[in-house]
Amino acid sequence: MNAVTIIADKDLQWKESLTTESVFVRRSLIAAAFLYLTLFLFIPLAAVFAEALKGGILAYVGSFLNEDALAAIRLTLLVASVVVPLNALFGVAAAWVIAKFDFVGKQILITLIDMPLAVSPVISGLIYVLLFGLQGWFGPWLADHDIKILFALPGIVLATIFVTVPFVVRELIPLMQSQGREEEEAAITLGASGWQMFTRVTLPNIKWSLLYGVILCNARAMGEFGAVSVVSGHIRGLTNTMPLHVEILYNEYNAVSAFAVASLLTLLAVVTLAVKAIVERKAHFPTIVADPISNVQTGSIR
Amino acid sequence: MSIQVDHVTKRFGAFAVLNDVSLHVQDGELVALLGPSGCGKTTLLRILAGLERPDQGRIFLHGTEVTDRRITERRVGFVFQHYALFRHMTVAENVAFGLTVQPRVQRPSAARIQEKVCELLTLVQLQAMAGRYPSQLSGGQRQRVALARALAVEPKLLLLDEPFGALDAKVRKELRRWLRRLHDEVHITGILVTHDQEEALEVADRVVVMHQGNVEQIGTPDEVYERPASPFVCQFLGDVNVFHGRAVQERNVADLPPLPDEKRVTTVGVVGEHEVTFVRPHDLEVHRSRTHPSQLEATVRYVLTAGSRVWIELSTQDSMQAIEVELTKERYRELDLREGEIVFVHPRHRQVFKIPQS
Amino acid sequence: MSFILKQPSVLPGFALTLGFTLFYLGVIVLIPLSGLFVKTSTLPWEQFWGITTTPRAIASYQLTFGASFVGAIINGLFGSIIAWVLVRYQFPGRSAIDALVDLPFALPTAVSGITLAAIYSSNGWIGRFLEPLGIKVAFTPLGILVALTFIGLPFVVRTVQPVLQDLDKEVEEAAATLGANRWQTFRAVIVPELWPALLTGIAMAFARSVGEYGSVIFIAGNMPLKSEITPLLIMTKLEQYDYAGATALGVVMLVVSFVLALAINLLQWWSSTRHMNQ
Repeated sequence: MNAVTIIADKDLQWKESLTTESVFVRRSLIAAAFLYLTLFLFIPLAAVFAEALKGGILAYVGSFLNEDALAAIRLTLLVASVVVPLNALFGVAAAWVIAKFDFVGKQILITLIDMPLAVSPVISGLIYVLLFGLQGWFGPWLADHDIKILFALPGIVLATIFVTVPFVVRELIPLMQSQGREEEEAAITLGASGWQMFTRVTLPNIKWSLLYGVILCNARAMGEFGAVSVVSGHIRGLTNTMPLHVEILYNEYNAVSAFAVASLLTLLAVVTLAVKAIVERKAHFPTIVADPISNVQTGSIR
Repeated sequence: MSIQVDHVTKRFGAFAVLNDVSLHVQDGELVALLGPSGCGKTTLLRILAGLERPDQGRIFLHGTEVTDRRITERRVGFVFQHYALFRHMTVAENVAFGLTVQPRVQRPSAARIQEKVCELLTLVQLQAMAGRYPSQLSGGQRQRVALARALAVEPKLLLLDEPFGALDAKVRKELRRWLRRLHDEVHITGILVTHDQEEALEVADRVVVMHQGNVEQIGTPDEVYERPASPFVCQFLGDVNVFHGRAVQERNVADLPPLPDEKRVTTVGVVGEHEVTFVRPHDLEVHRSRTHPSQLEATVRYVLTAGSRVWIELSTQDSMQAIEVELTKERYRELDLREGEIVFVHPRHRQVFKIPQS
Repeated sequence: MSFILKQPSVLPGFALTLGFTLFYLGVIVLIPLSGLFVKTSTLPWEQFWGITTTPRAIASYQLTFGASFVGAIINGLFGSIIAWVLVRYQFPGRSAIDALVDLPFALPTAVSGITLAAIYSSNGWIGRFLEPLGIKVAFTPLGILVALTFIGLPFVVRTVQPVLQDLDKEVEEAAATLGANRWQTFRAVIVPELWPALLTGIAMAFARSVGEYGSVIFIAGNMPLKSEITPLLIMTKLEQYDYAGATALGVVMLVVSFVLALAINLLQWWSSTRHMNQ
């Protein structure tokens, strides 16, 4: 080791000793964090795929190639394709009104939007049973007209909408609040119509957060278990979504198939987190690299 | 386009932000709305733009009432305090925005829009920046993009909200001279809001001084500076020494206006009335010996040299009131003053206001 | 309750978006939730009290709240360490870990449930090492604790992390120039800043755990009086078509959730305003 590095190290150490911990403390903390994350994050993540592939790749693929599994995948995609656009539309509308206007009762509105996050998924299902079940408010009327909501697609959709209502809007509100109203006001003063203002100014400014909100909403919609479990009735091939299918397979001791389907949902979750990481990076560095020339000129007029 | 503001009042809750304000602006004028923060100047600007509605009163643009017209029908260009550039669009796209959102029938061709954007960027000297994003520009450059964007739709009226507020001192000064030259070139009616008196006096044809929702004075920069209509205007437009006193019979008015103090005051009103006299630091003349009987005797407390100017703080013998004097460096060298020395001062120019008895 | 615009605005769409928002929330959230309370109000008080205080129900409350509380405390400790390490130190894989912390939030609960059950069963990756020590996790109350700790993980990290990031380094430098050692600086300068965020995170993890269903039922064993959580008890009553019983227990859970949500709001309000009137 040469003398220069030693001096440099010492210099660094001396500077850092003011506002950071000793190497020992630092390493211990990192080790503690790693241990905890290994137990509760890495091992479970690895276990999903290990269990799914236990019977070999053929058994893994075979888990998806049967009527019940395909029906569950189809139903899950169908539910998400109804729920996600509705909640995205709601999210944009609610975020617009909350972030850009001052009105009486705004706080109550925000509390109402957050409500589904505070409620147990089982209760989220229960409230729809109470509304549409045979003993519920609309139950007898629905039975008379032969309309099935509970233990059918509409019930699953409603419960899933309820559970995932907050996700898009909660991503948008803080961003739209921090962006303020001036850009939209500028668009209006320049003669833009409301729709032009929205599509050309508002939407481009929120697109990344909107994308993440939509993807998170989608992941939660596809993965919802408790609420859907209550309203679905577990009818194989008809009202079983992917998470419910996982439960049934697991309870039948068909672990490989259960984990195979679970691994698809896990991939969805991992992709969701990757999108989140990308969106956050975009938010920190909104445009390409800053140009050195513009720094030199600092607004002087030639 | 001429502007007529007719008895406009605006309240937020119980608080009157604008209190029966009236104002007339000639076609082609550049007018500054000047006042401290909270005086209502920005609200007035936003009412003119159609961003706010007045509670009472009417607004006329070019003789036509527009009080209830929507912003898009008013043809005004608005430049926001923080520029409000569209962050996801390039400079050229920002400038073109107002043209590209026009209804298809009125919208110029793509080639014409590009030409127009090019002309405007030349006007604001940013041709080279057309492809940059706002985040890659300096504050001064952003401000000029905002101006070009507002001018693109050929507004008849240009409204600027604290246009240089977020810039540093040097860029500010350059940009406001540039704005003045630009205005002389395009001759558009313009209204600019500012809290910086230097900016208002330098840029505007006329200045509207506002205070607590009222118009205190309207006049050319020289008028408001030389002949302020109220104590507030006098104090707001630069440093000033304030003397309180009671009116007495004045002897030699024509000769030399005396400096008042507690005992010996001056003036215009009825003898015995409370008065306040304002003298700007550079309007005070300082002598080593008494050259006139009404001069005030004072002691030099501090001397502070700042570039080409010298600031001297005096205190009067009897009242210990601090008086600030601004001298040129030459005059200061001539006098060769030291702290603790006795001098004699009198004003070349002063403003006296009666104080209403409450 | 009336919605009135406090200040007129030139921005379009207020009435449209507010109307749509209110309609949507009314249909999806407000009407169904109020249905629960209306249904409860038809129950006689004695019956409600009877259902909600059976030994089985009380055992389920104790288990649910107890395990949630312990899990939240564990996450309070390790969540703070993880947030600290992620914000303050550089090490390989830092940004990947930062992204992965949210996994329990994004992963379907049924998937977490079967996975944890598999890992902690007597022949699972971790369970096989615990078995010889006489520690049984899967199908015991300890398994419930593991599941609730897992799903609560992101909350403390995500509330403490931004506060740590915003912490002004100059304040720590100031403490150092005034002669404080690192531990003193940590105790006297950093901890007081983190405290409200940490409490908020713990409360959020607790609130999430109390209502959790999917990840718990696979690992819990689900024995009445021993390893049965309240949401599962509600589920069981529903499957037996005992709507009155399910509703009564649901109301108890819902009231607890509201109280927790209120507490979290107050904590957040406290942490955002406590420096204002100084």
